[in-house]
Amino acid sequence: MNRQLAGWIIALIVLVAVPFVHRDPYHLHILVLILIWSFAYTSWSIMGRFGLVSLGHGGFMGIGAYVTALLWNHLGITPWIGIPLSMATAGVLALIVAYPCFRFRITGHYFVLVTLALSGIVLQVITATRDYTGGSLGYTPQRAPSGKGLIALQFDDKTTWYLIALTVWVVGLAVWRAIDRSMSRHAMEAISEDEDAAAAAGVNVTAEKLKITLISALMTALAGALYCQYQMFISPDTVSGIAVSLQMVFAAIVGGVYVALGPTVGAIITILLAEVLRISFGTKAVGWDNLVYGVLLVLFIIFLPKGILGSVIDLVKSPRKPPRGHEQQTVPIARR
Amino acid sequence: MQSFLDIFDIYLLEAVINGILLGGVLALLALGLNLIFGVIDVTWICYAELVMIGMYGMYYLVQVYHLPYWAAAPLVILLVALLGAALHYLVIAPLLTAPPINQLLATGGVLFILQSFATVAFGIDFRNLGIRLPVLALGEMNFSYARLLSFVAALLGMIGVYLFLTRTFTGTAIRAIAQDRQIMPLMGVDTKRIYLITSAVGGGLAGLAACLLVLQYDVHPFVGLSFGPITFLICVLGGLGNFIGGFIAAFVFAEIISLGGLFSDLEWGYVLAFAFFIVMMFIRPAGLLARRS
Amino acid sequence: MLELKSIDAGYGSFQALFDVSLDVKAGEAVGVIGPNGAGKTTLMRVISGLIRPIKGRIAMEGTDVAATPAHRIVSLGIAHVPENRRLFPRLTVADNLKMGAYMPGARAKYAERLDFVFDLFPRMKERRNQMAGTMSGGEQQMCAIGRALMSNPKLLLLDEPSAGLAPVVVQQVFELVKRIRASGLTVLIVEQNVQQVLRVVDRAYLLEAGSIRAAGTAEELAASDTIRQAYLGV
Repeated sequence: MNRQLAGWIIALIVLVAVPFVHRDPYHLHILVLILIWSFAYTSWSIMGRFGLVSLGHGGFMGIGAYVTALLWNHLGITPWIGIPLSMATAGVLALIVAYPCFRFRITGHYFVLVTLALSGIVLQVITATRDYTGGSLGYTPQRAPSGKGLIALQFDDKTTWYLIALTVWVVGLAVWRAIDRSMSRHAMEAISEDEDAAAAAGVNVTAEKLKITLISALMTALAGALYCQYQMFISPDTVSGIAVSLQMVFAAIVGGVYVALGPTVGAIITILLAEVLRISFGTKAVGWDNLVYGVLLVLFIIFLPKGILGSVIDLVKSPRKPPRGHEQQTVPIARR
Repeated sequence: MQSFLDIFDIYLLEAVINGILLGGVLALLALGLNLIFGVIDVTWICYAELVMIGMYGMYYLVQVYHLPYWAAAPLVILLVALLGAALHYLVIAPLLTAPPINQLLATGGVLFILQSFATVAFGIDFRNLGIRLPVLALGEMNFSYARLLSFVAALLGMIGVYLFLTRTFTGTAIRAIAQDRQIMPLMGVDTKRIYLITSAVGGGLAGLAACLLVLQYDVHPFVGLSFGPITFLICVLGGLGNFIGGFIAAFVFAEIISLGGLFSDLEWGYVLAFAFFIVMMFIRPAGLLARRS
Repeated sequence: MLELKSIDAGYGSFQALFDVSLDVKAGEAVGVIGPNGAGKTTLMRVISGLIRPIKGRIAMEGTDVAATPAHRIVSLGIAHVPENRRLFPRLTVADNLKMGAYMPGARAKYAERLDFVFDLFPRMKERRNQMAGTMSGGEQQMCAIGRALMSNPKLLLLDEPSAGLAPVVVQQVFELVKRIRASGLTVLIVEQNVQQVLRVVDRAYLLEAGSIRAAGTAEELAASDTIRQAYLGV
């Protein structure tokens, strides 16, 4: 146990030291992106690992980014206040949509489709309010006058951003771990096995699910806001909508949702992949990177449904035992 | 004041009728999704993207290869039907025993693939057929022939599916399979074949919808996003797999979008529709025409 | 007509049948009796291809069918009326019967077969537009048998036709089985209701814990002490 703790501390020190040793701005840029998206994917996994597959997180992320930027540009509200406000907005929306879903046992396909529609609608709203948000052309937070960078949460220095992103990422993992060790985890696992049985055992199904959803939505909105502050440019397609939601799910699946570092592994793989594809195909062939990306993801779901990290861990833990998916395959009565 | 209300009345009536016309195409899409869900227990998240590919098909056949509209339409329906069958064969069939969520997400991957394929192959420009159908003036109201034609064709398409499902052996098997999957082999039914046929029919309906939507809307790689979510809401409200529920919900949503669009942009119509959906979840959580099991 | 040789079968790691051999000759009615959980339904499912045997040979009119896909077994002339009838509850009686004639050979003679079934079960003709799930148990059993007959089978497999039916209706169902036999069909029937079934079959097998324990003519079995004590309650 202590050795594990020591391992974590050493790893953390190494991560903190990176920007002071290696100053290549492009590499730091990629690392910041990986950390921010890892945080977003971890946020998604907090729900996803309990079978609450949401495709609405693109919506939460978009709210986080746009509300923060709009408050700054139009009302001059500093992101230090704007970000909590944007998180609260996302949280309220999450509760409004999730409450009836959970209260009335809308699960499985239905839940996925409802949340999918949510991210679609957020995208529509951003596009519809083009007078304020710039619509599909994108939106840029106003540059703060020099010296006011801290108030505006705008930094030109990649090292600062790296440290911010690293902090948030560690906080994300800490939340993941806290939930993993809490009573909520047992409650949520019981719920994902059998809602009725969990309810009969005294678990407040709706409240537990709402709690997890709220945490997940708040964190996702924070990821959106940070992405906006870092990139200083957002467009509806990059921070909201179905595509972003799917991207989160895929990365989480590629890495695996049952392990704390799974979403991070997913982020590393998908972002590096996207970056390699983008560089090798260049700007003249827009879309090729996503095409390859999409094909790989479908193949992943078919052949490695537990994710890379999950499959490797399975292999290490029980090399002989086939994954559970195969056991189920031999009994063809499972489907209605 | 009085004259203002008169005009408002006419606009309102026009919007109501336009809503009904829009409802036809939405009902067609909902039927396709419900059919696939009812039989295979899978939701194709990329359904609207199949429509998008069909719309490009129409654009190329009509604008580039100069085929007449009536000759291009059957080809596109066939093309998207094949695409549907291929989607089932390549993606869904290997995942039939996987958790449902994986099937759903795999079709999400296909959504990515189709969107980026369209971006690569056709670029991100907006394109249209260049066919401008005349407008029908009825008193002070105006209706585009494109919408009337779409409505009629959508209804004919749905009647066609209804006849197929009720009159043919294959159609009867499609209805039966949702009720008892395991004994189908005892009837001599090859379930894999039925799945493939259903997927092709579902694809064909998306193809028909593409032929109709391309008359009214420009096509671009992300056009699916503007009617995909609404189709899912319709299916959930109507009850997935429930054909009649989907049909009714399609018209309810079409009216909301059309009337909402009367007061401001069409996008707000969508937002209104989503708000209505959330309210409906409180009132009728099990769907519009829930069948108690 | 049908011959099973040393069949082992089961579900996953659970084995339900051990070295089962039986045969049914053309024109015969054969019963398989035994207690709940003896493997009777598994036996039926193996014959109609829903489960693959682990080992052994199944021959229908001399051809090995152990590897034939389930949906092709029907066209060899084997029709299976499953346990609990398994009608399509939200399809009409007519549509249920239509499903029975799904395979190409039967489709061609659909009208002819429908007349045959309606002659045999006039009640089904009256109810043809009713949802199958809304009928009484006895009527549903008729519909299920009718559905199997739509495929013009040579061999009819009946799995627990009396299950869940009132005693009077059970009587009627066995009358039906007699009439079906009289029409020249070969019947293999699996039943817990030993007393009734021994009255309609020529021969029977006793299946216990997945193995054939006894075989003989209906009279022999009805007279056997073990069966009289264990199943006939005499």
